Amino acid sequence: MTPPIRRFDAIVVGAGGAGLRAALQLSEAGLKTAVVSKVFPTRSHTVAAQGGIGAALGNMGEDHWLWHMYDTVKGSDYLGDQDAIEFLCRTAPEVVIELEHYGLPFDRNDNGTVYQRPFGGHSANFGEKPVQRSCCAADRTGHAMLHTLYQRNVWAKTQFFTEWMALDLIRDPSGQVLGVIALEMETGEVSILHSRATIFATGGAGRIYASSTNAFINTGDGLGMAARAGIPLEDMEFWQFHPTGVAGAGVLITEGVRGEGGFLLNKNGERFMERYAPNMKDLASRDVVARAMATEIKEGRGCGEHGDYVLLKLDHLGEERIEKRLPGIREIAKKFANVDPVRDPIPVVPTAHYQMGGIPTNYHGEVVAPKGSNPEAPVPGFYAAGECACASVHGANRLGTNSLTDLVVFGREAANSVIEFLQENPGHKDLPGDAADRTLARLARLDGQKNGERVADVAAELRRTMQAHCGVFRFPDLLAAGVQKIKRVAERVARTEIKDKSKVFNTARVEALELDNLIEVATASMVSAAARQESRGAHDRSDFPKRDDVNWLKHTLYFKEQYRLEYKPVHLKPLSVEPFEPKARTY
Amino acid sequence: MIDDRERERVRWRCRRGLLELDLLLKQFLERHYAGLTDRERAAFVRLLDLPDPELLDYCNGVSRPEDSELQALVGKIIQ
Repeated sequence: MTPPIRRFDAIVVGAGGAGLRAALQLSEAGLKTAVVSKVFPTRSHTVAAQGGIGAALGNMGEDHWLWHMYDTVKGSDYLGDQDAIEFLCRTAPEVVIELEHYGLPFDRNDNGTVYQRPFGGHSANFGEKPVQRSCCAADRTGHAMLHTLYQRNVWAKTQFFTEWMALDLIRDPSGQVLGVIALEMETGEVSILHSRATIFATGGAGRIYASSTNAFINTGDGLGMAARAGIPLEDMEFWQFHPTGVAGAGVLITEGVRGEGGFLLNKNGERFMERYAPNMKDLASRDVVARAMATEIKEGRGCGEHGDYVLLKLDHLGEERIEKRLPGIREIAKKFANVDPVRDPIPVVPTAHYQMGGIPTNYHGEVVAPKGSNPEAPVPGFYAAGECACASVHGANRLGTNSLTDLVVFGREAANSVIEFLQENPGHKDLPGDAADRTLARLARLDGQKNGERVADVAAELRRTMQAHCGVFRFPDLLAAGVQKIKRVAERVARTEIKDKSKVFNTARVEALELDNLIEVATASMVSAAARQESRGAHDRSDFPKRDDVNWLKHTLYFKEQYRLEYKPVHLKPLSVEPFEPKARTY
Repeated sequence: MIDDRERERVRWRCRRGLLELDLLLKQFLERHYAGLTDRERAAFVRLLDLPDPELLDYCNGVSRPEDSELQALVGKIIQ
């Protein structure tokens, strides 16, 4: 049986900052554009972005896109593609001003220009001194961006498919992408959304970790769909972590707690940072603290039933000081850790925050994959932007405030590429007869499964495995065991069972389908991490503590089929300026 | 059966852009939803229509909803 077919010029999957920016560009160009989103657009995870959007406007003093580029290349630990980074930083001022014209309520200076805030890692004159580069709308920049772009999309007549979940990509025998199969949650019906071009803007997949700052929706749906369709995933070993999130919840505890005199304890009640950093102790840099925590947990000195967290003690500061100097921390601990830090320590663990890797694209937002001798042949009709994509502007580590910049720069650019492609490729290509077969078989398997496992149990095992084996600091024995373990989890994912078989609003089915995507991301991350024998940016290994530019200045490509890895060169040549040669990274 | 699907729909709309809200609303659903009156359930649907930052401010006590029914619900969410 063939599902009903709806036709569009372009489909955007995901309604965060990148998806909405892309859709706006398409609709304003007069294209019939559909946006598919699991949740109401303004509830996308972009809403969590508070730090602002980085752009060298120079409103607070001298600034230059080339300085922004330097900071981004250095931040990426030289794994970022310098052509894409030049494009990002050169285009950033223009897209910010565009957002301002759309009505995004940026904070302003007395002279009416957009106010810019200082942010870590941003410098003037190639690392000489800090610069104020982050444009904000109070602490709600992400929310303001979503709201502004959504309103404008409504005016531009973008068609929204809200509470629809895209399930699989449709490719014809030549490999061209012709749309997606999608599930309408309200009815449980599956449809073919047939398009001339498809943009993925599905966000990150931080929910592969037991401790993650990501909202529950961040299940890497776009990455799962791409992997199942034979498209590689790039640099999935690179995940940005924060040292202290509430164990089991993921809500961050500010590093200010340690600044005020809070310290970390292992299960023996030992203040272990004294061993790792005798002088700085708990005030050592972020990566030193995160490594120490991971080492304590690995060596069996973690707390709790699974020995998978440490404790942050601050009761000795006293109630008055905690209330006065650390506002909000007591509430967070009570709400999310069920402890009152005035009396008891807070369980904390390094917490995943941002995914640097993703679906490989060039700086035009076109998805690229190896074909013949070309490691980066565009996949016709397929585009990606935002956290789900790897352009690669973040390389091995993302610079703060560049995530929002990434969304709007590449959301718009991917759409411009689509507009150009559609001018050259009129009309819809024929759908293959079996377009929906694989998806329908997957749904039928899930509905028919007997004696299967609970989705929640398998998902929990997936998250624990990633957290324990592929966390902030990585050990060779744990990575090797992790690869085997995650493959076994994948076998269990293929046997999940749901009790609720109803069609209408079946969230159990949706969560099972999300797990199909999470496992692709988790496997890609674990396999890629186990193979990369160096430490670079966010990929930090105990056995290879140094960056190795001779052997590893290259991008990983993971293919689902047989867990195969390939590598491709980093673009070290920018578009118009001299390259930034790899150097030791110091701040 | 209708109730059952309504609960599912509400459960999905508790999926937010902010992790804090995901966690608080999930806990609220598990602990309190079954015991709500029809009127409270209707109010909860209204609450879920609010933008995430506003809802989070209510949950953090930064501000209070004017609607007393929403106020009461927020009280249960953060207890």
